[in-house]
Amino acid sequence: MTEPAIELQEVTFSYGAEPVLEAIDLDVAKGEFLGIVGPNAGGKSTLLKLILGLLRPQAGHIRVLGRRPAQANREVGYVPQYPSFPRDFPISVEQVVLLGRLGTGRLPGGYRRRDRQAAHQAMGEVEIQELARRQIGTLSGGQLQRVLLARAIVSAPQILILDEPTANIDLRLEGDIFDLLKRLNQRMTILVVSHDIAFISSYVDRVACLNRSLVCHRTDAIDGRIIQELYGDQVRMVHHRH
Amino acid sequence: MATRCAWSTTDIDRPDAMQEFLTALGNQAFLQTALIAGLLASLGCGLIGPFVVVKRITFLAGGIAHSVLGGMGAALYFGYDPYAGALLTALFAALAIGWVRLNWRAQEDTLIGALWAIGMAVGVIFISMTPGYDSELMSYLFGNILLVPRAGLWYMAGLDLLLLLLIGLFYRQFLAVAFDEEFARLRGVPVTLFYLLLLCLVAITVVLLIQVVGLILVIALLTIPAAIAGQYVHSLGRMMLIATLLGCLFTLGGLGLSYGPDLPAGPTIILLAGGCYVISAVAMRCLWRRRARRGLSR
Repeated sequence: MTEPAIELQEVTFSYGAEPVLEAIDLDVAKGEFLGIVGPNAGGKSTLLKLILGLLRPQAGHIRVLGRRPAQANREVGYVPQYPSFPRDFPISVEQVVLLGRLGTGRLPGGYRRRDRQAAHQAMGEVEIQELARRQIGTLSGGQLQRVLLARAIVSAPQILILDEPTANIDLRLEGDIFDLLKRLNQRMTILVVSHDIAFISSYVDRVACLNRSLVCHRTDAIDGRIIQELYGDQVRMVHHRH
Repeated sequence: MATRCAWSTTDIDRPDAMQEFLTALGNQAFLQTALIAGLLASLGCGLIGPFVVVKRITFLAGGIAHSVLGGMGAALYFGYDPYAGALLTALFAALAIGWVRLNWRAQEDTLIGALWAIGMAVGVIFISMTPGYDSELMSYLFGNILLVPRAGLWYMAGLDLLLLLLIGLFYRQFLAVAFDEEFARLRGVPVTLFYLLLLCLVAITVVLLIQVVGLILVIALLTIPAAIAGQYVHSLGRMMLIATLLGCLFTLGGLGLSYGPDLPAGPTIILLAGGCYVISAVAMRCLWRRRARRGLSR
């Protein structure tokens, strides 16, 4: 049995007095496609930041590819929920994607042919090659999402982590993005946070439900009782009959 | 290095102000020094200005610039070179502000404001206690490009070289930190180091520019050429190139315009730059509207 890609043991985290995450145990196997769902303020983004090494837990252990998160994060691609940069920054799509190559080569100096080839390939994979020279401020929400995805995969990471990758785009594009992730899943472990449990359960292998504590389900075992446990009584399950 | 002009030897019937300036430039060593100082300062602000503009740290750069007066006053009082005092204070202010921003983010602008005022107050007190230096206060506040000493040129050239070297070597890292700190950190870029280094480079540039336009006007020369460049090009590297060229144009033009009517050079340079910025911004706005209208009617 190989070691898991991501391993959390008894992880607890709080920003103030109230814990955001409590005693989280989670094993993500290599090659798995895991969805994380849960209500707002349920700790989803916090969990991702812990795995990325941007935050440190108050208690518990986290191992990513058998290392501490901060040491493993060059092997991890990350697509944030909101772009953490100003949209009017004078930079082209190609330059943004190339920045994803940082940390793969030597420290000083410019990009090498290897880097440009990787950027070209990543842009091709998410179908934004024709946007390469565009300034990022001129892109639509869906196009920008693809740029962020290209930036995350250009370093050929072993793990890809996405925070609400489809929050700002319409439903048709949402399907496109998940089809793309399904393809990428053939060569990398994927962890995706979403608020839309019904939608992602048709793509992922397993769903982790997070609301301060975490419960995992095989996607075929999700029913109304689980959703009610997670979101509370005010949410009703809507049965679709087509 | 002197730019000899053809006008100095030919006979001209009605020499206008600019020609008079160019003639003087051929003969007068102090004008040549001033021009070289202006060009060296333009290179510095062309390299760093784009970072200040895109990273939106103009207020921070202003805080560094004004706190510098404290160091200059103290250096004068204790009998050291005021520009050495300026450089030390600028670096200290940059590191202090940077450290606060990285560690207790919420209070950043308050601290900058306090440092700004405290620095100026300390400077004014020290200068008032130093006998015979009252008049120099004005030259520190408004600078005097015509009084840059020869040795100052070497010092400026050295600082320019340092900026070129660091930005040339670590352009990608500086770009990553300016663009998206969180992502840069995830890619293993030492963000704290490069952010503080960037602020130190801003501090160095500020001191470089103080000799030319004074500390009140530093921010204009740091930001205006870069802001104009940003209206036309969409890459940080090209912004640097155009901002440097614009800076050269403004310092040369400002020097020329101020020479005839005997206006102070620093403020003339700034007004020229500011005027061009306003014209450029209005022109871009009109162009943008016309394009939008044409797009609609199609």
